[in-house]
Amino acid sequence: MSFHQQALGLRAERQQVLATNIANADTPGYLARDIDFSATLAKATAGNAAAGPLALNTTQAGHQAASGAGLSLGADLLYRVPTQPSLDGNTVDMDVERVNFADNSLHYEASLELLTGKIQGLRLAMQSENS
Amino acid sequence: MAAFSIFNVAGSAMAAQSQRINAVASNMANADSVAGPDGKPYQARQVVFEYAPLARQANASLATANLAGGGLATQMASRSAGLGGVRVSSVELSDAPARQEYRPDHPLADEQGYVTFSNVDPVAEMVDMIAASKSYEANVEVFNTSKSLLRKTLTLGE
Repeated sequence: MSFHQQALGLRAERQQVLATNIANADTPGYLARDIDFSATLAKATAGNAAAGPLALNTTQAGHQAASGAGLSLGADLLYRVPTQPSLDGNTVDMDVERVNFADNSLHYEASLELLTGKIQGLRLAMQSENS
Repeated sequence: MAAFSIFNVAGSAMAAQSQRINAVASNMANADSVAGPDGKPYQARQVVFEYAPLARQANASLATANLAGGGLATQMASRSAGLGGVRVSSVELSDAPARQEYRPDHPLADEQGYVTFSNVDPVAEMVDMIAASKSYEANVEVFNTSKSLLRKTLTLGE
């Protein structure tokens, strides 16, 4: 469940980055950004085990360490390598952005479907037999 | 909330592109105008776009309010850094030379018989209009896709 949660959050974040690129397709000097999805997801799921951002402070010897997963995505915004930069310094390639946006939307929906399946499975398991 | 600021991004782009189309409409309407109220020929208007980061103003209050709390607020601010919409920073007047035609009979002709028209280039304006409308469409698509995705997210697990 946590994996899909992280993936969904990351997809939503990437969706926003791509929307920013499409919005600024005509802005002089704007540099297209993107996030490396798989690397960031690997980092996010690995960081889950370590102390997350919602970790409890331990100030006494008796305190137990506890870590919350939170949304420790911390996606690194990278710059897209331009294939055909325009004269005004804009590096947004509309085709690339549109393709990535559609791809990301589909993956977001897929993550959503998987989460729905998990939730429905859990709900089924929680229902009593004779209901 | 992060998921909803995508609408601000797409919306700001739509507003900026519609302003660009408005400028084109103004230019096309005045393509053959001779002199404005100030006695000078019309100069073509061109909007200049500028990147407008959303994250700053949206998270500024959060970051200052939670300064003592540290962690979460600064993390959220850094996560949304680099995201933003677009705004029209200025409307520039074109410096292109005005079009002159030899029409000695025209009431507004000068001593040599030339009439000064606006410096609008209709072909360039048409190209600008098509580019603006395509960009507008792209942002509408972003808006609609995000809307349907969010709607599905709201009914998660049903």
